[in-house]
Order: sequence, then structure tokens, then C-alpha cells
Amino acid sequence: MTVTNHRWRKTTNVFMQTLASLCAVLVILPLLLVFFHLVSQGASSINWTFLTRLPKPVGEIGGGMANAIAGTFTLMLLASLLGVPVGVLGGIFLSEYTHRRLNRWIRFTADVLNGVPSITWGMVVYGLLVVPLVLPCRGTVRSVDPAKPVLTVLDAAGTAQEFEVDANTRWDLDGRHQMKSLRPGTDLIIWYHSSGDGQVADHINSASAWRLGVLAIMGLHNSVSGFSALAGATVLGLMMIPLILRTTEEVLQLVPTGYREAALALGIAHWRMIAQIVVRTAMKGIVTGVLLALARVAGETAPLLFTAFGNAYWTHRLTEPIAALPLQIFNYAISPYDDWHRQAWAGALVLILLVSAINLGVRTLTRDRFSQRKT
Amino acid sequence: MVNPLMAKADLGRFGDRAFKGLTLAMALSVFVLIVVIGAELARGSGVAIRQFGWRFLISSDWDPVNEKFGALPFIFGTLVSSAIGLLLAVPLSIGTAVYLTELAPLWIRQPLTIFIELLAAVPSVIFGLWGIFVMVPWLSQNLFPLLQKTLGFLPLFQGPILGPSVLAGGIIVAIMVLPIITSVSREILRSVPDLQREAAYALGATRWEVTRIAVLSYARKGLFGAVILGLGRALGETMAVTMVIGNSPQIAKSLFAPGYTLASVVANEFSEATTDTYLSALFAIGLVLLGVTVLVNGLAQLLLKTFAGPGLKPQN
Repeated sequence: MTVTNHRWRKTTNVFMQTLASLCAVLVILPLLLVFFHLVSQGASSINWTFLTRLPKPVGEIGGGMANAIAGTFTLMLLASLLGVPVGVLGGIFLSEYTHRRLNRWIRFTADVLNGVPSITWGMVVYGLLVVPLVLPCRGTVRSVDPAKPVLTVLDAAGTAQEFEVDANTRWDLDGRHQMKSLRPGTDLIIWYHSSGDGQVADHINSASAWRLGVLAIMGLHNSVSGFSALAGATVLGLMMIPLILRTTEEVLQLVPTGYREAALALGIAHWRMIAQIVVRTAMKGIVTGVLLALARVAGETAPLLFTAFGNAYWTHRLTEPIAALPLQIFNYAISPYDDWHRQAWAGALVLILLVSAINLGVRTLTRDRFSQRKT
Repeated sequence: MVNPLMAKADLGRFGDRAFKGLTLAMALSVFVLIVVIGAELARGSGVAIRQFGWRFLISSDWDPVNEKFGALPFIFGTLVSSAIGLLLAVPLSIGTAVYLTELAPLWIRQPLTIFIELLAAVPSVIFGLWGIFVMVPWLSQNLFPLLQKTLGFLPLFQGPILGPSVLAGGIIVAIMVLPIITSVSREILRSVPDLQREAAYALGATRWEVTRIAVLSYARKGLFGAVILGLGRALGETMAVTMVIGNSPQIAKSLFAPGYTLASVVANEFSEATTDTYLSALFAIGLVLLGVTVLVNGLAQLLLKTFAGPGLKPQN
């Protein structure tokens, strides 16, 4: 029995090899299907109108995604301003300065950060940058009711707004910190949030000239909500940091030690050796890492849902909400309008072309990179 | 007159310290980030935790109107969709990784690898779009009725077929985690020393036997790490799942029933949360999600670090 199981072993061998190749086919099948449908459903809708017009009001046919495309580029640019310096410099530290235990922990934390769900990033930046920037009310005191306690204020439009004051309210009235020191007619800036069926004051400031100036510069005197392009760019930039950190470190490790030693032997300062010799040698790899992080971040939707929020019009200030391609695709896809579905396909095709362009660009950059095995 | 060399060394020393300080500060940002993430989520979920306590995790009430919040349906949905996703993806991924490293002809390997990298690069929302308009209708007309006909005796496959379902969610999760499990497995298999394979060949093993005996058993721990990494990715998958899972906070026996995951509920309801308690409950869900993914990813990193890398020790 055990002597002639050759046939069994041979058959198993062939069977398993076929199975393995079948696995490979099944793995690329979804990709092919998605590409096929993207092109067949979306290609016909990509025209000059689509690329240059704003979306039409809900339910109307036509319009385009110009603001979403521009928004994605804007967000990517701004996010790079945050992600690239921090990530590259951090990667330089990991690679060039050896502190065994510290570096191990930094790497571990960076890898864990890479695994944090993108929606969680969005929630965090929401709490940090969106909520505090919400709706300051600037107005004059009309009446004060210490019993409830409620503060009634006449805002710039003349409407009376009521604000509940609780234990968490911070008072900053240039020395006076009491509700009873408020007189009708005092100019205030009130930062508040909506809660249940009312508004609760978070922070009450006197409306001094410099505060008003700062608000004007930040564009917040007109802001309707706390959602902003800045918040969206921040969350994307933060997500890029651990990605770029790891890729930069790996690329710098590939620079031969001989370069470093030669530079030091010639008397160059240590930091110059790193900044001007090592980093310059690895520049192509660093750029690759940055591009890959950009491609990854360009397609992110979840973190933008409550930071950038989306916008039906052009964004004029960074403190206003901004449209982005993935957001627009998502909103259109779950809508009940057929025309919006059609535009979602077109937008998706534009997005995948953008992401693929970056990825293929990376591939050509690294083409002369050798690998030891030809697999 | 200062010795010019000494002057340069002084400048160098300050520059050295400054540069090192700068890069160190940037590198330490990762610690700051993880702490900020945890702290912010904890702060946001304070109200909900104080109000519901541990019951939050075991209650299946999700009633924004009456302000009763329980996370169980979402935990269930996340677990089921991730489990289905892994069940489908792991055999395919490891099979593909084996194919790529051991069995494929050399000319196929590079293009196939590029394909898989492209699969990884496709944004989640595009898979969701394809899922809503192509995959789910096709499934509800073809695969689901077939499953109900053949396996309908199991409560898993009974019940009305609407299309959006936990099963659809699981399938799309599988598609999303395929590339990462495949690439990491491929790296693991490549790092198995050739000596192992050659020894098996020398003893007369067939190609499959070499793979099974010399490669797969050796790489077991690393492959497990790859699977856990995929699990981490599956748990946090948001957009594609939201678009095909039906978004209904219920716990049902049927795989054809719509479900809801931790990430999906946050994505859908965050901007519409009207009260503090509602928002805080969503933050608490985010905290649960963060805790679970950090644990799973940490475990995966440990497993992979103790296995992979050139020049590794041959014993366990």
C-alpha cells in the first residue's frame, strides 16, 4: 500500500497546483470586474462639463464634480505640508540615530497607528478641530438670569439667543469672572455647542478688538459650521505621518554605510552628513514613500465625513467645508437619484485614474531598483 | 585666534544637537498621536460611559429617540462580517501567495504582483460603489437564491433575501483584505530559507509536498501573523461595508439579513447626532473599535516581528 502511492502523490501535486493557480485567478477577478464596470459605467460621463462644472441642485440632471476634484487636490497638498516634514524627519531619526529600545517602540507605535481605522482618525480630529471652531456668537448682553442660569444675548442680526451656563463654562472677561458682573449692553463672544433642546455656552470672552481681529483673520466670524478644509487636511496629514515615517526609515537603511563613513572621514558635521549625503542619496525612495502615502490618502472617505464634510460650491476659505472626490462619490452613490449614480461612477473613474497614476508613477521611479530574487 | 577645525567642530556640535533634537521631536510625534487619539475618544465617550457603563457592550437597544444606546448589534455585525471575510479571504490569499512564491512560472510573478498591489490601492468607496450597483444585485439574483436552495436547511441561509446583508458585507470585506494578507504572506514565504526547500526536494518530495512540508509548516507563525493583520484591517473597514451591509441594527440568525458594523454606524450617524448622549455613544463605539483594532494589530505585529526578517534564528 505505501510502496506505490506515487500516483496519489502525483495527482495531489497536480491538483494542488491547479488549486493554487485558481486562487490567483479569483484574487484578481474583483479587480478586473471593478475596472470593467468603472470604465463601462463611468467613461461616457467624463466630459468637459463634468470636469469643470459645479454640482447641480438636488434632483436636477447634469452638473459636474469640479469642486470635488479641486478639493481632493487641495486636501492632498495641505495634508502633505503636515505629513511630509514630520514623517520624513521622524524617519531620519529612526534610521540614523540608534537607540535600540526607543526606536523599537517608535516603530511599533507607528505600525499600530497605521492600523487605526480611518474613521477613528476622523472622530479625533472632529473633537480637536471641528468642535472648538463651531459657531462663536458675537453679541451684546440683553439679560442675565442667575436662577436657571441663562444668558440672553442679542446677536449681530438682532435675534435674541439664549445660552445655558453650566459648571463647565469658562469665563474670560478680562478679570471679571462672574455671571453677575455682566451688565446689559456688554459685548461678548460666546463659543457654544448645541445640546438637547438648547445651546450651552462653552467659553465666554469679552469682545476685545484683537479677539475680533483674530476671528476675522481665521474667517470664523462668518463660519456656519466647524467643518473645514483645514480639519480635513489635518486628519489626512496625520494619517500620512506613520506611513511616511516607516517608508523613509526603510529607504534610508538601504543607503550603504560606506557613504556615511566616507563623509564623516572627510570631516563633515554629523548632521550635514545625514541631511546632505544620506537623504540626498535616498531621495528617490523618500519621494516614492510620499507618493504612496498620497495615493492612499487621496481615496480616504471616512475621515472626511465629519471634518471636511463636503461642499456643493467652491471653497473660498480654508475654514469652510470643502468637497472631495471620495466624499462626493459616497454621497451620490447612496442617493436615490439615477443621474447622481451615473456621476458617482464617473467620479470613481476619475479617482481611480488619479490613484493609479500615482502608483504607476511610483513603479516607474523604482524601476531600476534591483531585487535579489526574481519573484 | 580660534583653531578653524575647532570652530567647525563647535558649529557641528550645535548643528548635530539641533538636528537630532528636531528629528527626535518629529519621531516622538507617534507617541503623541496615539495618546491624543485615545484621550480624545475617551473624553468624547465620557457621558455615555457614565450613563451606561458596561451595559453598553451587552445591550442591543439602539434607540436614538429615547436615548438608549447599546453596542451589541454593531459588535455582532463587525464580528460576523470580519469572520466571513477572513473565512473567504485567508485560503485564497495564502493559496495565491503560495502560487506566487513556489508554483507560478517566473514570467507571471511580476504582473500578478502588480495586479495585487493595484487591488490594494483601490479606495474603499469605489469598492462600495461597485458593491451597491453590481455585486449586491448579482448576489441577490444568483448566489443567494442558490445558497438558500442548497443550504436552506441551516438557519444561516433562511429568511428573506433583500440584497444588502451581512453576507454581502463579509464578501466585500474579503475582497478588501485579500491584498494585504497576500502581500504579507508572500513576504513571509519568501523569507523561508531555500535550504528547507532544497532539503525536501533532495528527499524526493513533489512540488506540493515541498510547499506543504518545508515551507508552510515553517512559516506557520508568520502566516498566522498575516491573517491577524488582515483581521485588523477587516475590523476597521468602513466605507465599502457601509454601502452593502444594509445598516440595520439587528442581530439575526440569517446571513441574508441586513446588519450594522461599529465603523458603519459611526460613519452614518455621526453628523446627525443631535444630543450629547447620542454623540457620546458614537464616541464610545469609536473607542471600542479603537481598542479592538489596536489589540489585534499589536498582536499581529508581535507575531510578525518574532518570525520575519533576514538572518532570523532557525528555531521557534
